[in-house]
Order: sequence, then C-alpha cells, then structure tokens
Amino acid sequence: MDAIVVDGLEKTYGRGVRALDGIRFSVPEGEVFGLLGPNGAGKSTTVRILATLTTADAGTATVAGHDVAREAGAVRRAIGYVPQASGVDREATGHENLILQGRLQGMRRPDLERRSADLLETFGLSDKATALVKTYSGGMKRRLDVAMGLVHRPKVLFLDEPTTGLDPEARAAMWEELEALASAERLTILLTTHYLEEADRLARRVAIVSKGKVVVEGTPESLKSELRGDAVTVELDGTDTDRAADIARELVGVHEVTKDGRRIHLRVDQGAQAVPVILAALDNAGSGVQSVTVSRPSLDDVYLHHTGRDFRADDGEQR
Amino acid sequence: MTVATQTLILCARVLRNLARQPIWIAVMIVQPMFWLLLYSQLFKRITDLPGFGGVSYVDYLTPGVAIMTAFFSGSWAGMGMIEDLDRGVLERFLATPASRAAIVFGRILQAAIIATLQALLILLVGLLLGARNGGIVGWMVILLAAFLTAAGFAGLSHGIALRTRQEASMIAVAQFISLPLLFFSSLLIARALIPDWMQTASLLNPVEWAVRAARGEAIPGTGWDEMGTFLLLLGGFLALTTIFATRSFRSYQRTL
Repeated sequence: MDAIVVDGLEKTYGRGVRALDGIRFSVPEGEVFGLLGPNGAGKSTTVRILATLTTADAGTATVAGHDVAREAGAVRRAIGYVPQASGVDREATGHENLILQGRLQGMRRPDLERRSADLLETFGLSDKATALVKTYSGGMKRRLDVAMGLVHRPKVLFLDEPTTGLDPEARAAMWEELEALASAERLTILLTTHYLEEADRLARRVAIVSKGKVVVEGTPESLKSELRGDAVTVELDGTDTDRAADIARELVGVHEVTKDGRRIHLRVDQGAQAVPVILAALDNAGSGVQSVTVSRPSLDDVYLHHTGRDFRADDGEQR
Repeated sequence: MTVATQTLILCARVLRNLARQPIWIAVMIVQPMFWLLLYSQLFKRITDLPGFGGVSYVDYLTPGVAIMTAFFSGSWAGMGMIEDLDRGVLERFLATPASRAAIVFGRILQAAIIATLQALLILLVGLLLGARNGGIVGWMVILLAAFLTAAGFAGLSHGIALRTRQEASMIAVAQFISLPLLFFSSLLIARALIPDWMQTASLLNPVEWAVRAARGEAIPGTGWDEMGTFLLLLGGFLALTTIFATRSFRSYQRTL
C-alpha cells in the first residue's frame, strides 16, 4: 500500500506565485522518498499541504490512507512533521519539548516519559535532556527536532530540509542518524532537500521537482544511469559561448551539449579521452578556456538533463 | 483530549518559560507598584476637585491601575505569538491534532492569569496605602475585571499578531490603540471632570467598562445593575476578540 499519494496538486499564492503546478508522486509504505529541487521549486509547499497546514487549490492527496483535506485530524495523528524553520521551543528543555509534543498528540504520561527517554538516548541528547534548548548546538537542536517528530510513533515522517544550515560535520552526523532511523523503525519518510548528495545518500527513490512539477522520478542509480557516459563542464572566458557549443556539438563521442551562462556542459562516452579533443577544437577556434572538469554522472547532471538548467543557478533564486 | 486540557497544557508551557526569566518577573512585579505610587503622588490633590465623591485618590486609583496593567499586558500579548510564529513553534503545533482554538485560548488564558496576579499585588500594595477597595466583594470584582480585560485585549492582540506577523507592525498597533483607550476613560480621573462628549465616547471603550465595574464597590452609590452590565459587556468583548483571534489563524495559514 502507498503511504503517500499525491495527485495533481496545484497551489497559487496570493501574489500570483504559482507554487505547485500539478505535482504527482506516490511513496510506498516504509520507503524513504526524496523530493529534490532548488529553493522555490514547491517542495515545502507540498509538505505543508501533506501535513495539513495549508490547502491545495486543486488535486488530491492522501497520507496513511487519509485524505489531507477531508480527514485532517486522522492525518495529524499519523504524521510527524519536522519543519524547515525548526520549531523547537528554545526557552524549554529538550525533555519538555518532547513531552509537550507528545501530550498534544494525546499520549499518556508513563508511556510518554519512556518514549521521550528512549528518543533522547537514540539521538545522543540524554546528557542535555534537562538543559534549555537555547544552549544546544545547531546539530543538537536539529536532532531534537527530528525526535519531536517521532515522539508519538507516527507512520509517516516529513523532514523538510533536515540538514539546511548545519555545518558539514553535523550534517554527516544527522545523515547517520537518519539512515539508522530508516532501517530501524517501520516508517515512511518524505524528505525534501536541495542537497543532491543528501538525496543520493538517504533516499531510496527521488523525484526531481522544478517549478511545482515532478520532472523525473526513480532511484538515484537509475536516474544517473539514464545518462550515458561522463559529464564534462567547460568554463569559457565568455567571448562566444554559442560558437563554442556549436563546435563541441560536432565532435565525435559528444552526445549532449547544454549552455549555461559562461559554461557549456557536455556528455561524452569517455571523459579522459574526450577532454584533449574538446580542448584542441576550442583552441583552434580561438575560444579561451578557463577550466575543465570531468565527473561521473551525478543527480546534478540529471537535473540539468531534464530541466536544461544548472541546479546551483536555480537554487540561488528564492521564492 | 479535550480543548480545555490542551489549553491548560499550552498555557502552562508559556507560564513555565516566563517563570525562567527573572528580569521579566521583576518588571511585572515592580511596574504596577511603580504606577500606583507614582500616580498617587502626582495626583495627590486631585480629590480636592469635586466629582470624586469623597473617596481618597488611592481608593480611586487602585482599581484603575489594576485595569491599566491588565489592559497593557493584554495588548502586548501578541508579541509572544509572533515569536512562536517566527521560530516555527506554531507550525509545529498546527501539525498536531491539538485544536486551533486551544492554541489561542492557552495564550489568552496566560495573559489573563498574569494580569490577575498583578491585580492582586496592586490591591495588596493599595491596602498598605490605605485603600480598602470595597472589601472581599470589591476585590473579587476587580480581579474578575482585570482577568476579563487582559483576556479580551490579548485576544485582539493575538489576532493582530497572526494577521500582521511582524513585530514592528504589532508594536505600532499596540501603541496606537493604548493611549487613546487609556485617556478615553475615567481610569485616572473622575468621570464628572471629563467633557460630556468624551464621557459619551468612552462608553464604547472596553477599558472604561472595566474601570467602571472594578471601581463599583469602592464608590458609594454604584449598583450591581451597573457593575453587572459592564462585566457582561467585558465578557462580550472577550468573546468577540477570541473569535477574531481564532479566525486570524486562517489568515495565517493561507500564507503557509
């Protein structure tokens, strides 16, 4: 059975900003599913609709078998929601935060106390259980955030950008926690992220979202293997990107050429063999090359392939 | 779990957090006492004027300061809501089965409890200064009026907080309403000394209703019909602002 079914959700905000444009995907029970996309792609809006915080203009969605619009109460009992903006009470202790969350979910004291102690243990917060959250580090606060989403043993957990704002070390620690969580508890997790690496590492399946729609969906491996060969990115000095792209397109072994500002992205059979050929051809044509990078296909390339735009450039645009 | 239980849980959370702030506690205790001492000195000779009905100014002022304190606490209550909103705490509550109304009620109840405790403190200080304030019944009425006033204005304040969602706007609105409402009332001065048109206008002012109810027992010749009417009006005001605050949630949720 599918724990989450999203069918054609649409939403336009007051100022005419179209956040969702018929987004559609489903997540089977027990799976970790990643919604990947740049800022403003519609990921958080989707999660907020699924968490019953706001409503869609059109389309339907069910979570744990309940319609998010008609059975909001049942949905709220079945989900844990970890918002992007944290949501821990900084003036309270970690323990108090968990207890409050559990009580609002209707849990009874003895069970709640046990559950809260277990979660503090799992997330390495036992030592700081009675310290005010404002004394926590960013990583600890985020771990408490996730623990709060789990206190009432939800069937579905929404993690909205779980590692945004964390330093690399705290991010790596969080990834380990989440990996352990996904394998230990029988939990469906919907994760949104704008870190390609995060989706690659945590999600069993990924949907790439752009402008309120799913552009492509599949396991990270299958998405990457759709792309033949290696990715070559050539940064030019900016004189004539169009001509450079045309020249590159004529070369043997080059499958795909995309322009993106001063860069051209090429897809080639064998990166190591293609680079000298590309450089020679561009040099002959008088195009100044500033740098060249060769990489194995990443989700970044998948995004570029399906949207024709560079992920990082899109990520700079805020909603 | 009932709305009442949720309200108490959420109210207890805010009171607990506030109890951890010694400076906040100190100001909440000192400020009303300061008002009472300052005004009672400043306007000491005001009761020489006609219209005070032979009541000492401290007797006259104590219920007024209790109401003023309640009115101010209520008006600023929305700041706490904005803080919860900014920190994502509210979003988190909204994703639980807790009732929307309980989130508002908990906050309103918190403002009312604080104001009632402050009113009690003011009455005790007033007693030291020689104000009896109508004995037990008078005290009960003053505490009730302070509770309703703080709760009513807290409802208004939370509604505005949820609609503006910005501290600066919230502060501007609170300041804009507080002084006019204070001066269009007989909070500091006998009604007989206020121009007729202002007396009439003040009948639309919830602060005036609260003051008239609170002072009823202390001023000879005020009947229960008058005090009862003003208390009922205050109750109506509280009901309206509570509905306003609860509805403002929808406005907030549309922005999510």
